[in-house]
Amino acid sequence: MSEEVKLHSIWESPFGFRVQIALSFKGIEYEYIEEDLKDKSELLLRYNPVHKKVPVLVHRGKPIPESMVIIEYVEETWPEKPILSEDLHERAMARFWAKFSDDKCSPAIFKYFSTQGEEHDKAKAELVENLKTLEGALKGNKFFGGETIGLVDIAAGWMPMWIQRIEEVLGNKVVEENSFPHLQGWFHDLLNLPFVNQNLPPPEKLREHLKNFRNSLLARST
Amino acid sequence: MAKEVKLLGFWASAYVVRVQIALNFKGIEYDYVEEDLKKKSELLLQSNPVYRQVPVLVHAGKPIPESMVILEYIEEAWPEKPLLPQDPYQRAMARFWARFAEEKCLPSGVKYFTTKGEDQLKAKEELVENLKILEGALQGKKFFAGETAGMVDIVAGWLPFWIRRMEGLFGDKVVEEDNLPHLNAWFQDYLSLPFVREKLPPPEKVCADLRGLLASLEPN
Repeated sequence: MSEEVKLHSIWESPFGFRVQIALSFKGIEYEYIEEDLKDKSELLLRYNPVHKKVPVLVHRGKPIPESMVIIEYVEETWPEKPILSEDLHERAMARFWAKFSDDKCSPAIFKYFSTQGEEHDKAKAELVENLKTLEGALKGNKFFGGETIGLVDIAAGWMPMWIQRIEEVLGNKVVEENSFPHLQGWFHDLLNLPFVNQNLPPPEKLREHLKNFRNSLLARST
Repeated sequence: MAKEVKLLGFWASAYVVRVQIALNFKGIEYDYVEEDLKKKSELLLQSNPVYRQVPVLVHAGKPIPESMVILEYIEEAWPEKPLLPQDPYQRAMARFWARFAEEKCLPSGVKYFTTKGEDQLKAKEELVENLKILEGALQGKKFFAGETAGMVDIVAGWLPFWIRRMEGLFGDKVVEEDNLPHLNAWFQDYLSLPFVREKLPPPEKVCADLRGLLASLEPN
């Protein structure tokens, strides 16, 4: 049976990007299909009727939506080059930190990104606190997974590129050498990994997109 | 003699109850430790420094916080009587629906509980809409996992008990034969499972707890 793997996504999606990291890390060949969210394809609506969102992985004709569900599926289906430890407690802690990154850090980043004035300052403080907690999970290692990347590195793997672009749009740095020495190091190390690097969206294009996105969010809230 | 498995919990927490249900389903013996949430134990604070919340499972001295993470851990540590299917695609679908129940149904349930008047009517609409989608995942089966209960049933298993308590509290109907026939039947079937029934807190006590929560939300 064909191993046919397709990924439906959009270039600017951090969720699609992290699925791409996982696929590239494991050396899985796949076809990338760029979706137009303003004009969703019939296929996308059929593949993800519940959320009508990207990314969706299609393996042997069967669709799997939700990036973290996809990543767990990829881990189970292609077990060589594992992203989860064999140790059960370590697996649980990886899932814990991946969840923390999504439940706490992501909303904090979005709030920081989409607000201004006093609300924005409060959002920054909350973001710094959450990122400090996440940084603690590195425990002095190069990656959350230890010497090589693991589930948490992939789950949070969108942060270096997206946070740095957000910092440029806002003209304000959050993750710096002084305040976040370990996380800053992780940003640098992750971005330099070939299987991460090759999937990054073009920085200027992303920055421009984020600038426009922020403006539209601010306009909507006034 | 202390057991190898310990669960730090709070009797009224739906998150704790579903972990108890999973442990019970698998026939795992454990020591239950009731926490005073106003005076959290050293063990709890050390076991879950990030959130300082229950439930926390402690297995052979190693703590695991967050109920969804605990459920996956239980599944992997005690693989007999599986909660997830064997087939990777079916597992992905189960995880998808567990996530949907957790990320969509649960917050809209909380919103319904914590709002009043017009806001509550809107919250109820959103909750019912999400429950309609969840009901679709039953696909005419008795349980989300098929003939017997599985991961999605346990993750969403707070619904049958807590939605009924809220309905009683507000004199309202959210899930009925008319609007959500399959989910309504699932409510009944899930609650009658022995390994579920054994772990449910007393309904009147939970109603009192919910009333207390509502009172504490009142501005004064």
